[in-house]
Amino acid sequence: MTGQLIPDPTVPLTPSGNLRRRRLVSRGAEVAATAAALAAIAILVIVIWTVVSRGAKAIDLEFIFTGYPTGVGPMLLGTIVIALVATAMAMPLGVLIALFLTEYAGARGTRLLKLTLDLLNGLPSIILGLFVFALLVDHKQQSAFSGSLALAIIELPLIARGSQEVLQLVPKGLREASDALGVARWRSVLTVTLPTAIGGIVTATVLAVARAAGETAPLILTTSVFDPKAFSFNPFEPLPNVPTWIYKLSEEGNPEGFTEAWGMSLLLVSFILFASLGARALLARSKRKLSS
Amino acid sequence: MTSIVPSRVRIQDIAPTTPAGTTETNAAVRPLVAPELVFDSRQVSIFYGAKQALASVNLGIRRGQITALIGPSGCGKTTFLRSLNRMNDSVRSFRIEGQILYHGHDVYGSSVDRVEVRRRIGMVFQKPNPFPKSIYDNVAWAPRNLGLRRGLDERVENALRGAALWDEVKDRLKDSALGLSGGQQQRLCIARAIAIEPDVLLLDEPASALDPIATGAIEDLMHSLKGRFTIVIVTHNMQQAARVADRTAFFSLETGGPKPVGTLIEVDETEKIFAEPRDPRTRDYVSGRFG
Amino acid sequence: MSASVSAASRAAGRGARVSDLRKRADTFGDRALFGICLLAALTAGAIIVLVGYLVVHGASPAISKFGFGFVTETEWQPNFGVFGAGSLLYGTAVTSTFALLLGAPIAIAIGLFLTLLAPKGLGAVIAPLVELLAAIPSVILGFWGLLVLAPFVQSKIEPFLHGTFGFIPIFGAQETTGLSVFTASLILTIMVIPIIASISRDLFQSVPAELQDGAAALGATRWEVVRGIVLPTTSSGVVAACILGLGRALGEAIAVSQVIGAGSEIQASLFKTGDTLASRIALQFPGALTELHKASLFYCGVILLVIGLAANLIASWIGRRFSYGGAVSG
Repeated sequence: MTGQLIPDPTVPLTPSGNLRRRRLVSRGAEVAATAAALAAIAILVIVIWTVVSRGAKAIDLEFIFTGYPTGVGPMLLGTIVIALVATAMAMPLGVLIALFLTEYAGARGTRLLKLTLDLLNGLPSIILGLFVFALLVDHKQQSAFSGSLALAIIELPLIARGSQEVLQLVPKGLREASDALGVARWRSVLTVTLPTAIGGIVTATVLAVARAAGETAPLILTTSVFDPKAFSFNPFEPLPNVPTWIYKLSEEGNPEGFTEAWGMSLLLVSFILFASLGARALLARSKRKLSS
Repeated sequence: MTSIVPSRVRIQDIAPTTPAGTTETNAAVRPLVAPELVFDSRQVSIFYGAKQALASVNLGIRRGQITALIGPSGCGKTTFLRSLNRMNDSVRSFRIEGQILYHGHDVYGSSVDRVEVRRRIGMVFQKPNPFPKSIYDNVAWAPRNLGLRRGLDERVENALRGAALWDEVKDRLKDSALGLSGGQQQRLCIARAIAIEPDVLLLDEPASALDPIATGAIEDLMHSLKGRFTIVIVTHNMQQAARVADRTAFFSLETGGPKPVGTLIEVDETEKIFAEPRDPRTRDYVSGRFG
Repeated sequence: MSASVSAASRAAGRGARVSDLRKRADTFGDRALFGICLLAALTAGAIIVLVGYLVVHGASPAISKFGFGFVTETEWQPNFGVFGAGSLLYGTAVTSTFALLLGAPIAIAIGLFLTLLAPKGLGAVIAPLVELLAAIPSVILGFWGLLVLAPFVQSKIEPFLHGTFGFIPIFGAQETTGLSVFTASLILTIMVIPIIASISRDLFQSVPAELQDGAAALGATRWEVVRGIVLPTTSSGVVAACILGLGRALGEAIAVSQVIGAGSEIQASLFKTGDTLASRIALQFPGALTELHKASLFYCGVILLVIGLAANLIASWIGRRFSYGGAVSG
């Protein structure tokens, strides 16, 4: 054997040969990785801090419950309506797709369907805005419903994937027991499978809503021209909503408008934050319960 | 607790070395000295959090020999082995009391570099774990890290020869290591370990995942590696220990105290352990009465 | 036949009819369930097809007028009916490439930190925080970019880079505000990092401990284990993650439109204004008056759709081919 650099094993166990340099390189990499993580956290903290510090002063009861120019109540209401309509469309469809994946799809069908969902998930939201515009708004008029349709398409893959993950965890034993008793498939799905997975399905939906609630691009093209004073539930006219109003205020260059925008941002971010963290914790818990 | 009884000294036990790694023997003189200890573990107890895994082990590992650690499962043999090259450090609750001296230096000393420890004390694991690289790159990876780039081809060949694998793979060094059989993969792992010329080889049940023929190949290999390296092998196969080891240490679970704890029962020359063990527990184990 | 026997046989007949009915209801129910689930699955595919169709249809006036020349034409003058996506493609390419070049290494480093460096408790806290970065709506991030990042970039970063590296064309002269391709690229970097980081983290966690133990037992430093084992084993998955991140950057309209300054020319300096395909649509579509203007924006959408779908398909293909088993989407 070539006898280069082979240390005498009896010397103390301190770095020999090139180890000191390699140690330095490894340390450097560790420092860089830590710095990267800290940088990401720092950005998050800075952004959240800005939103909180500049937005908190705008928020009071008047802000939430009155309309333009004293408050943004109609925008909050409109966002809720748009989100609800979108979820009403996306959730049943998403759950049915998830059921198809767990109950009926073969290997090839599963791959194809999952690819489709991934592609849907990756569609830029501005494209969805163009799509719904061409479908419902062009040569007609804006409506909150068209915005909801675009948001529903955004929510759909998230609900489908999340529900599928939970449905998959429903113990096979439950289904087999059902079959053994001669119960029809549709009955056991309705009475056993779905109720067992309902917790996970709901949390997947909440996560999807949290994601869709902040989407602006589709709404810009479909429900951006509205009366900021009016509280309305009617989805067939353009409703005021938070994201497009923030966008409008951000482009106007008016400092008072900025404060209003920060206030709405704080409300939006708070909702998304609590919905996301809460839903994720619940999802983890229901997954654990199902697989134990 | 059994102390280490110095047995009749053999020439191999007392070969002094020069820094270049060559050995000299003086055939005319046979002084009666204690054999050179590569490892000297003194009152070594190991804890995982509050649970004690090993109680006060006093064990010496002699240079150039194969020492087998045998005993029923769960008695701490692998824990002890992994402590020798600090592979237990990655377990968060791991705690060690007592001293493990390697050539007189405390392995867990404050100025000790873990990476340096593993440079000198190599390990082969129970389940073969070749890297998803070519056969050549598997063996060459560690030497490259160490900066041993000159004569790399020769080094790889020597390592593969040393592991009795060269003839089987010499024409397909660029092929993926994952295409080898289990026995070949394990010999590759051995080649990988010896390519950087460690001082010690720790083998953790190296043949337990292999078929009998592959096992036989590994055992033959150990005989051929014995002089160059000090080898410590954990095995649950008594016959293997009897075939391969110079000295054997028997561990067992002692249930005398509040909780069962791994304990070193007896260590001696292999023939003695199997033919005339001193401790009744050893006798029970090697005669197959339990474990 | 005696009365009791005939009564019994009548009862048995009734029972048989009832269970016969139930069986038919069950079969119908099973078929119905299968049917609507199948319909739902097909709807998902139909949506993609419909989206593609309507966007192309909306662009057809511009496609028939400009043809492929639209892609190379750099002039964009709505008032003169001259439209060309050249400068937009340039802006899209520059901002996305920047975001990936800066964001991917940082994200991979974060993934390594979370799996290999951070103690379990710390990792469990930091990981959700990084994902939270992805949850910030783009309009808010863009707003923050407009009021906080842009001024900072304009007063501190751009002068420093221009002063030190000004001889390189991309660090050329600046505008008066911080609204620039550079600021937009930074915002995109922030958006791209959490996507790549969370997928990378899952990948690094899946590297078997035996491989890492084996490497460590050969006297390798932590970095050498990463470089020699962890990264090569996960490389294709990491690439797929980066392509997904790229897709995100390419399609981002709102935040970019808020900070990029809506410039129309191709300029070498990053510190000048510019525009991207997505951002141009967001900025001009609400106010577009002529059919040709709208159709041209649809045409931009077509290009964006093609690039976006291609990125997702490539990422999926890489993911599947190298048996990356985790969830590729978000």
